[in-house]
Amino acid sequence: MSNTIVAQLQQQHTITVLVDNHPGVLARVAGLFARRGYNIESLAVSVTDNPEISRMTIVVNGDHRVLEQITKQLNKLVEVTKVVDYTETAAVERDLALIKVNAEAHHRGEIMQIVEIFRGRIIDMSDKAFIIEVTGGTEKLDKIIHLLEAYGIREMVRTGIIAMARGSKTASRTGRDTE
Amino acid sequence: MLMSGAQILLECLRKEGVTHIFGYPGGAVLPIYDAIFDCHDIKHILVRHEQGASHMADGFARSTGKVGVCLATSGPGATNLVTGIATAYMDSIPMVAITGQVRTSVIGKDAFQEADITGITMPITKHNRLVKRVEDLASAIAEAFYIAKTGRPGPTLVDIPLDVSRNQIEFDVETDYPKQVNIPSYRPAGPSGRVPDLQMKKAVQLIAEAERPVLYVGGGAIASGAQAEVTALAERTNILVTTTLLGKGAIDETHPLAIGMLGMHGNAYANHAVNNADLLIAVGARFDDRVTGNVEKFAVGARIIHIDIDPAEIGKVIQPDVPIVGDVKNILTELIKQVQPREATAWNDQIMEWKEAFPLVYPNDGNLYAEYAIEQVNEIFDHDAIMATDVGQHQMWAAQYFKCNRPRQWITSGGLGTMGFGLPAAIGAQFANPEKRVICLSGDGSIQMCIQELMTATVYGVPVITVIVNNRSLGMVRQWQEMFYEERYSAVDLQASPDFVKLVEAYGGVGMRATTREQLRDALVKAKDVTDRPVVIDCVIPTMEKVYPMIPSGQSVKEMMLRHDLEQVKASVHADGETWSFSDEERVLEQVVEVGATGAESAE
Repeated sequence: MSNTIVAQLQQQHTITVLVDNHPGVLARVAGLFARRGYNIESLAVSVTDNPEISRMTIVVNGDHRVLEQITKQLNKLVEVTKVVDYTETAAVERDLALIKVNAEAHHRGEIMQIVEIFRGRIIDMSDKAFIIEVTGGTEKLDKIIHLLEAYGIREMVRTGIIAMARGSKTASRTGRDTE
Repeated sequence: MLMSGAQILLECLRKEGVTHIFGYPGGAVLPIYDAIFDCHDIKHILVRHEQGASHMADGFARSTGKVGVCLATSGPGATNLVTGIATAYMDSIPMVAITGQVRTSVIGKDAFQEADITGITMPITKHNRLVKRVEDLASAIAEAFYIAKTGRPGPTLVDIPLDVSRNQIEFDVETDYPKQVNIPSYRPAGPSGRVPDLQMKKAVQLIAEAERPVLYVGGGAIASGAQAEVTALAERTNILVTTTLLGKGAIDETHPLAIGMLGMHGNAYANHAVNNADLLIAVGARFDDRVTGNVEKFAVGARIIHIDIDPAEIGKVIQPDVPIVGDVKNILTELIKQVQPREATAWNDQIMEWKEAFPLVYPNDGNLYAEYAIEQVNEIFDHDAIMATDVGQHQMWAAQYFKCNRPRQWITSGGLGTMGFGLPAAIGAQFANPEKRVICLSGDGSIQMCIQELMTATVYGVPVITVIVNNRSLGMVRQWQEMFYEERYSAVDLQASPDFVKLVEAYGGVGMRATTREQLRDALVKAKDVTDRPVVIDCVIPTMEKVYPMIPSGQSVKEMMLRHDLEQVKASVHADGETWSFSDEERVLEQVVEVGATGAESAE
């Protein structure tokens, strides 16, 4: 099993796409992936510090050639300003999960310990369930989800990865990252 | 001046140098048609079906290099353009499609004749845009034209809601129309772009080292207007040139260094040349599957230089040894300067030997065949006519037998393979080239897909000559069913077709029928004298004719079938008089492969 995970990781790329903040741009990007047969693992979109630019973080599976095609095809979309692949870059990657987990009285202590270890927070509590907020990389989230499954997860949502390069380098808004 | 969106639109089109709009009115474009009523310098051509409008704009663009313009109303009008837009997109043809849209206040409410045309055409346009404010209209039009014609050309679409074309603002085209379009996220390579020095050096070196080079030239050479450069490069290096379906005309096809089309139905000698090459110089071509067949077996011994304006084409199908991104004309101009002259070598002789060993042939039994008809078109129209085709067997025969001596003389739907394209594309080309004769070669299947445009041709006095190669069947599909589906002929019989002669007469044109070679020649000569209305020649050919050579889908040159191979082999397999059937396929292929192998050995 660990081998398959490694294989997947080798093929997984986190790319950041800067796009004009126009209606329909998400459809263009999503449509491109669908049409060319590229699979999106996760997708997070929001506006940037510049209200005219949105930033998408897309996690895709594929080898080097597939990624090169994705990058080039994305760059062909008129509303795409820049595409950056963070695979080879030192980058911070974060995913946020909200997990509604069964929390009967006799389990609450254990769950709170787990949450503490993973530096999560309990943000809602009722007589039968907690909502836990936890942030981190994909692996960390996978782990806590795995641990919480023992108590019964009622509902879960994840934002998908967002990423940013370490250091002072930025995904500049001008100029295109081609070739 | 206070102007409506519709008036602004026409001002902008005028500014872009538009001379013809191919369109069809409707509710959502009423203000635009009202403005057209007062517009006398831009000619509006009323088609009979919006698909015809998009193909006409396409034919106009292909025959000139200018941007073709089509116009349709919202909903069904817009969706009827779709096939034409997709056709233009696949072949990188500059086109601006303008569609009406329902009022902005009811968009998304399933209003009458509402269709999300920007959503629908997203994957088949280079870019499209819904204009929600009349203030944005001029810049949207400027961008649409700029994007359509720059870089790798392609269709764009501007969707204009009814209220946007009706609303009025102060507008002066001289000051308010963008003189330059600046889109920070769109920076295509241009005709004067930077040439990558290092890659050029590598290319020059590969060419110097090559013993068996071949130039493989596609539609990109036409788009960038590089016929002179392709020819000059070939002549300087004595490298033979094979062209793709869309590259026809990138070199005069009667030039001694031109070896015609390659690929599935390409010349056997062109395919042998590519298959045995040690260097393939791809120029504005995209390694389409109809060219490569099985990619794993395509030009395996060759190093590859790939010149293309679109970076995404590099490595999409085949990883080149030397990628050069840029405008073909620009790159070739520089390459010609840098490359060392080469003499013709034994390799050139070898290809010429193949040319003699594997010529294009059709039965010389005195009967009328499509190939003969095409040769006669060449001759009777002095190798000067523009040839538009539909899609199917006749298209491949035309690709093989019609000889282009210049670019933009050949108009065909390559990538999408759109039946129904030929007639409207020919009409569009005729509007753009009133001094030329335009021939539409079609089939009895294809012609019926847009035949209503004969009326458009009659109304505007367009003397397009349509030669219908009539085999009373959907020939290309029938050919595949014969060869690969055990002769189980499913839904290919077109015995029941209209009388095309009477039909064109009903449309107000001239109809003639030819069942012999003499009749065909006579009909073409007569057609040449008709200059004010469309002509249709119903050219009756045998049903069972097939297109050769043929490399079966997804296979390689080794599996190429030549006419005499298959016919002879069939005859020998069934000397006892039985009919040939699919079960013989393997035996036939074995023998064909031997013939192919003999060809390859003689290369050594």
